[in-house]
Amino acid sequence: MGEIWQGFLKAIELIITLDPEFVEIAGRSVMISATSSFLASIICIPLGSFIHFYNFSGKRVVINIIQTLFSVPTVIIGLFVYVMLSRAGPLGALEWIFTPAAMIAGQVLLISPIMLGLTISALSGVNDVLRDTARSLGANDFQAIMMILREARYAVVSAFVMGFGRAISEVGCALMVGGNISGFTRVITTTISLETSKGELELAIALGITLLCIALIINIALNRIQQR
Amino acid sequence: MSLLATRSLYKTYKQKQALKDINIDVQKGEIFILIGPTGAGKTTLLRLLDILDMPTAGEIYFDGINVTQSKKVSLEIRRRMAFVLQKPAVFNMSVYENMACGLKWRGTTGKQMRREVDNALEMVDLTEYKTRNARTLSGGEAQRVAIARAMITEPEVLLMDEPTANLDPISTSKIEGLISRIIHQYNTTIVMSTHDMSQGQRLANKIAVLINGEAFQVGDVKQIFNQPQTKEVAEFVGIDNIIDGVIVSHEDNLVTIDAGGQFIEAISNHNLGQKVYACIRPEEVILTLSQISSSARNRFRGKIVQIVSEGLFSYVSIDCGFPLTALITNRSAGELSLKRGKEVYASFKATGIHVVGREIGREM
Repeated sequence: MGEIWQGFLKAIELIITLDPEFVEIAGRSVMISATSSFLASIICIPLGSFIHFYNFSGKRVVINIIQTLFSVPTVIIGLFVYVMLSRAGPLGALEWIFTPAAMIAGQVLLISPIMLGLTISALSGVNDVLRDTARSLGANDFQAIMMILREARYAVVSAFVMGFGRAISEVGCALMVGGNISGFTRVITTTISLETSKGELELAIALGITLLCIALIINIALNRIQQR
Repeated sequence: MSLLATRSLYKTYKQKQALKDINIDVQKGEIFILIGPTGAGKTTLLRLLDILDMPTAGEIYFDGINVTQSKKVSLEIRRRMAFVLQKPAVFNMSVYENMACGLKWRGTTGKQMRREVDNALEMVDLTEYKTRNARTLSGGEAQRVAIARAMITEPEVLLMDEPTANLDPISTSKIEGLISRIIHQYNTTIVMSTHDMSQGQRLANKIAVLINGEAFQVGDVKQIFNQPQTKEVAEFVGIDNIIDGVIVSHEDNLVTIDAGGQFIEAISNHNLGQKVYACIRPEEVILTLSQISSSARNRFRGKIVQIVSEGLFSYVSIDCGFPLTALITNRSAGELSLKRGKEVYASFKATGIHVVGREIGREM
């Protein structure tokens, strides 16, 4: 018990003194997850809008598949990205494996179903009358979609935040395609996993507290957005 | 050439036929009102006219152009019109931004846009709400924003779907005042739906009566309200007395109608033996306690079966061999001491009856 308490106190010290290793790992985690969330939103918001606004055969099936992929295990995504990006894989020439780029690619794949699903759900929540109003005021299809996205902005931002939350807290994919290389691909979750297995709890607890704080900030942000 | 016209327009939603063979012509500067009961197809027709939906069959012409020929043409034509939907839908942004969006989508920006928005806000008397979120407005205020937002784009045709539905009398009066101002100041062609017949009478140049997706009659106010062409239109425009009968004599357009053994004289050019409906507005019926000499060709004795008071007036239903309703003032009802079971004489002029042929079908 004393050891855990000592670890906790040391962790607080690491956070307060902004220990360089701690700051570097936390910063990299936020950077990788923010980048993957941004890239996923660039893909998912237009794609989600297309799925919502246009009728095509199999639309319901597509939405069901997206919803099923919400809970895809991170190791499955990790395995897939590994196979694609490994030297022998179809995208091996990119030489992304064990780099932050591979981690970003994995996280984009991981959070895209959530962002897509939540974008579709956000747009479904906007009254159809507003779309008709926009069109009747002379908006073309693109302008009408942009207006509806603007109406659904808080729900769409929630989708982004949820995606970021899932990205920063996953460990399986980051470990498999990033390799947990110190100073290069080591992020909060992979460090916690490694340090805990080594029995060195200080950094693991410090990073755990940081991750919890990030989760708390995300939750507060989400609540405030949803209250609007 | 009509500014807006439909030819054999049909619209089917899944299995339900919402509109059947609609042919209307709206002239430039005209106030064209669609009246009809709920579910008659008024909103569907307005949505087709604004090209928000595509017809199942038939054509819509705007200034001679077939509006459904391509998406590009549809957008160009839609930008020459504006549509105020029944439920005022405002975007979750300021009143100013709501007003400006139609202009922005047409490429108007900067000073010109600000000036036009300010003018429009002044027109609807909402200048002080400029920075307020439009979602916080009352129903009447939101509808005024919706109308001004439509008018700011200077549409050649303004389409409005029951703009005063669900509004309180004060808001209704303000919206009607605004519509009157639009009519007089901007000379905009208006196509508007309403189920408020008095509103239709007050505003319309031309009226189309839609019932069950069909345009039963199109005409001016007088034609619709005084000369309905079918029983359905007569019923809808509030002619309470629609009496079945057969023409049994015809002399210089003065016909005698046998209404189940009672004979009604009317002016009509229907033929001998033709089955007809005699339509008599309740305000045309005069009630007396004794038989009087008058120029009225029709006098019947009957018993009062029901008296319903509505505001200053009473509807008195009499059984005189056929059911007949008279509209009289409450004061007259009091002076005549009218009550259920009392015997009265009802009279009405032959010229006060509008005769509708039963086999005529509908005429346009």
